[in-house]
Amino acid sequence: MQNILSVQSLTKKFDDLTAVNNISFNVEAGSIFAFLGPNGAGKSTTIKMLTTVLKPTSGEISINGFNALKEQDKARASFGIVFQDHSLDEELTGYENVVYHAVIYKVPKKERAERIQKALEIVGLWDRREDYVKKYSGGMKRRLEIARALVHYPKILFLDEPTVGLDPQTRRSIWDHIRDLNKERKMTIFLTTHYMEEAEAIADQIAIIDHGKIVESGTVEEIKKRTESESLEEAFLKLTGRHIRDENNGPSNKTGMRGRGRRSRH
Amino acid sequence: MIEVIYILCLRQLKHYWRSKARLIGSLGQPLLFLVAFGYGIGPMYTTARGGGNYIDFLVPGIVAMSILFTAVFSGLEVIWDRQFGFLKETLVAPISRTEIMIGKTLGGAVIAMIQGLIVLSLSYVLGFRIPSLSSLGLGLIFMFLIAIFFSGLGLTIASKMKDLHGFQLIINFLIMPIFFLSGALFPLENLPPAIYFISRLDPLTYGVDGLRGAIAGMSTFGVYNDLAVIGALSVLVCAIGTVLFSEIEA
Repeated sequence: MQNILSVQSLTKKFDDLTAVNNISFNVEAGSIFAFLGPNGAGKSTTIKMLTTVLKPTSGEISINGFNALKEQDKARASFGIVFQDHSLDEELTGYENVVYHAVIYKVPKKERAERIQKALEIVGLWDRREDYVKKYSGGMKRRLEIARALVHYPKILFLDEPTVGLDPQTRRSIWDHIRDLNKERKMTIFLTTHYMEEAEAIADQIAIIDHGKIVESGTVEEIKKRTESESLEEAFLKLTGRHIRDENNGPSNKTGMRGRGRRSRH
Repeated sequence: MIEVIYILCLRQLKHYWRSKARLIGSLGQPLLFLVAFGYGIGPMYTTARGGGNYIDFLVPGIVAMSILFTAVFSGLEVIWDRQFGFLKETLVAPISRTEIMIGKTLGGAVIAMIQGLIVLSLSYVLGFRIPSLSSLGLGLIFMFLIAIFFSGLGLTIASKMKDLHGFQLIINFLIMPIFFLSGALFPLENLPPAIYFISRLDPLTYGVDGLRGAIAGMSTFGVYNDLAVIGALSVLVCAIGTVLFSEIEA
């Protein structure tokens, strides 16, 4: 299988803290890849570097064959992202948010209306398209972000904790959408989550990161076997220990990248 | 490229138009200034100068003021975008930072122009008259350049600000002095040397002087000198803004 995402010796240092320490991995085209780790392990920092909003200290990233550091625009056109925190304009309607996205991603004008309608239908928001986003519930906002990320037909979709804070119904429906996208459109999915049972159910390949290093990777079965665990959660706890992480030591707070980053999770 | 710039502008215009409270609220200050200063200081001005109508002097200053504040605030809106997460959405898109800078500068400038035009129309009620269409045309050019300069300045500052804590600092130590020392409210002649010196460094001084020259026929430096200065400064601030914006990280 061909690799759609390839990461070589990726490192990010913030002053005295090494958030991501020389990690390398590959993601096969058409697969669902789960990137797991405790709070502050370096997940979000890695995703930010993969999606070109943060410059790595060193290392190479290749997305869809494009160098994410040198051919930024081509790399950017190849992926879609649903950020961990909301990133919608609440003063616009759902439809307007998606139009904005379609234009800045240079979706051809002729195809725009049709693609937007399809994307909104996939997540069940077509009937609510004229409502302001500030009137949407948390789950609807999440679904709108997913719809938005689909409009430019990305080859790979990054989902940073897409189901956090959502009820079981919404979580299920979101994973169903994601699985459909993967199966029907052969879209590669790169996701992070803290729900180990979700990762276990959906992911083809898993990498577990802790203290900025990848501590284990492979399929769910391989990881369970190697750690002699019954479940992914058990394996995860064996690999990363049981002590609770102080998320405020995370790198994004150190740099203040996220404004008042106190509520950020990793 | 044009479409990207257009959608960035359109978004800002929608925000402006939909927030009626902000739209009306931001007209309060210029109106208050026009009425309070116009009628309060007007007689004093006429006596001191041995003639002349203070309203004619004041209106260009107040129009420039409303453009100044609206343009700077529109530029600073990027900080809100950052805080509410929307900035990331724009920054991961396959568009150049220059397009973002141009789109946002223009968006802020268009809003500030609209605001300036509303104030200018309201001044008609207070008896202000523009002599001819060509002077209106020249006036619009000055209004636009003032709008571009300060929208670009707001964005440049915002690209380096992580949150809103520094907001008061910028308003009280940058924007307010720029306004009060620009000659928007009082003539710059016969000022103490120190104040006069500072006002000569103030970009808005040239905007106000040029606008006043264009629509009220009163200018200290000469309209074309003003045009050259404010035009060059607009280009400069946009260039600096584009460089700083290219380094922005979400």
